[in-house]
Amino acid sequence: MAEYDTETVVHEEMTLRNDAKMTARDVSVFYGQKQAVRSVSIDVDSHYVTAFIGPSGCGKSTFLRCFNRMNDTIDIARVEGDIDLDGRDIYDPKMDVVQLRARVGMVFQKPNPFPKSIYENIAYGPRIHGLAESKTDMDRIVETSLQRAGLWNEVKDRLDESGTALSGGQQQRLCIARAIAVDPEVILMDEPCSALDPIATAKVEELIDELQGRYAIVIVTHNMQQAARVSQRTAFFHLGHLVEYGPTDEIFTNPKADRTRDYITGRFG
Amino acid sequence: MTDPSSPSDTGETLPERTPTEWHSNAMQRRIRRRYARERRFRFFGLAALVLAAGFLAFLLFTIVSDGWRGFQRAEVAVEVTYVEDELTAESGSLARADYRTLLRRDLREQFGTERVASEGAWLRLRERMEENPGLLGQTERVWVVASPEVDLMAKGDVDFTLPAERRVVDDEMVEDYRDLRESDRVRLAFNSGFLSRADSTSSELAGVWGALIGSILTILVTLAISFPIGVMTAVYLEEYAPKNRITDIIEVSINNLAAVPSIIFGLLGLAVFLNFFGMPRSAPLVGGLTLALMTLPVIVIAARVALQSVPPSIKDAALGVGASRLQVISHHVLPVALPGILTGTIIGVSRALGETAPLLLIGMRAFVSDIPEGVTQPATVLPVQIFLWSDEVGRGFIEKTSAAIMVLLAVLLSMNALAIYLRNKFERRW
Repeated sequence: MAEYDTETVVHEEMTLRNDAKMTARDVSVFYGQKQAVRSVSIDVDSHYVTAFIGPSGCGKSTFLRCFNRMNDTIDIARVEGDIDLDGRDIYDPKMDVVQLRARVGMVFQKPNPFPKSIYENIAYGPRIHGLAESKTDMDRIVETSLQRAGLWNEVKDRLDESGTALSGGQQQRLCIARAIAVDPEVILMDEPCSALDPIATAKVEELIDELQGRYAIVIVTHNMQQAARVSQRTAFFHLGHLVEYGPTDEIFTNPKADRTRDYITGRFG
Repeated sequence: MTDPSSPSDTGETLPERTPTEWHSNAMQRRIRRRYARERRFRFFGLAALVLAAGFLAFLLFTIVSDGWRGFQRAEVAVEVTYVEDELTAESGSLARADYRTLLRRDLREQFGTERVASEGAWLRLRERMEENPGLLGQTERVWVVASPEVDLMAKGDVDFTLPAERRVVDDEMVEDYRDLRESDRVRLAFNSGFLSRADSTSSELAGVWGALIGSILTILVTLAISFPIGVMTAVYLEEYAPKNRITDIIEVSINNLAAVPSIIFGLLGLAVFLNFFGMPRSAPLVGGLTLALMTLPVIVIAARVALQSVPPSIKDAALGVGASRLQVISHHVLPVALPGILTGTIIGVSRALGETAPLLLIGMRAFVSDIPEGVTQPATVLPVQIFLWSDEVGRGFIEKTSAAIMVLLAVLLSMNALAIYLRNKFERRW
């Protein structure tokens, strides 16, 4: 492979500001001795869908998991640098991780509903955070969350059935509804469609479109068409570096970095 | 292709490969050999299974064929007159009445000997009086427990054709028994005492209930100690403890502990609980604590395996909606791991239930003729009872031993059934 520049190319529109919803500055992640993410700085805005793309093992998922401190659960992972949510450092020891994860929700690669009823899947988050005053309150949260996830009409008659009995696509939308139920500000999606068939994928993408504007959404995907379809901003990662960050249409039509161009045209990846 | 003359790398044409002869004799032979090997392998597997099933069937057959008679006892019909003066002659009160002398007199009058009834036969008279005090002064026919000799003859264990000196019963007894048979005053009945009494020196009065209660009390102590400690240990090791040398050493130690012979735990219990803490000897409390030490590593290992098999995606999901670590464990990990933990626990406890050696060391082999009422009272347990009876010289204890084994097996089987039921009930499908 040709030698590439390790400088990050940031498009003009994306110049780093400090008033973005979430800001990452010089973030590096180490797994033991191995460095998975190399000094990445990026802004995540509300109202937009930001896509992280890049070949397997480029560190995009690892980086995503820094935004709600999911890397804390891995013993050997170590995060350096600053990540702020509304200007507050989320790695501050005084930061309550439980609250952070409520504000920054997450949808995982494989649909992972709890082995409980559909209702319980949605109600669990609001319950542990005390978001519902009464049973009717909770019913309302469950209904609106499922409606926003576009799942209400399919499951309203069988809320008592196990969430694991749904189809893969429905399970993933259930997981999105579960994330929405705690009323987060940011939703992180880690390759949410990689385990789904094309029809289910289309439904989830549609859903992401509808959620855009209400929540800041960050989606990791290795499917470039998907990034082009659902996102307004795209960040291209390679070997732990952030190579290029810009508006999605520009990244795909007129990439500035050589590596981005090579990846998008299918030269490697 | 290490041959230097091989042209493969240089792009020259490779030598033609001869086409495989699928129908050649050599090939056919190879296929036949393969099938023969397969058949042989399957035959050995089947043979092993049949052998194992045969052993099991033989074991069950010998136990049941000996043991079912332990659930039966011979009874002798006696006409008893509850004469108040005689009952109260010695003690002066009906509460401590002397049924023994009364029964002896009636037996002598009707059979010419006391030896047809058991030494404890008078207990039946007391029961009758307690049931119905109005019997005082009345006469009734009572079926009382027969003596061991009559018991043997009634069950057909005595070969009457043998000369008297080689029989367990003398000629006189045989005559008495024949008289009983002719007058229809002997019968075989369900041995209710076997399931309601404790140990006794006379086989016809010995029961398994005391040992069963002792076993239950011991196991309850074992469970109460080892289940919470074992599960908490496993949760800590799996969910909280850092993975380093110290936890590695702890893990190896727990695995080793599970393999330590049980008698070592008995010595430990003797030294710690009896000698150091001065707890009561022969008590289910000490037995339970000792068995808890033995069961603990088994539960820890089973619980760790169950916890490890909880899919990490569930933990991620719960963490992702903002559950704290405790909430993740108590709401998601433990419920999913519960069937595995319960199965492991019941297997560990079943093993403890069948354990004899460590209990012998802490004094549970004592002869206990009372049914224990608490964990600090002297008691024995089923396997120790079996061990004690198998050592007895009295002929009647042979069938008692087998019958007690049947009771122990029934308890173990029902515990395993419970384990399967719990596993199916709590198991969730993915």
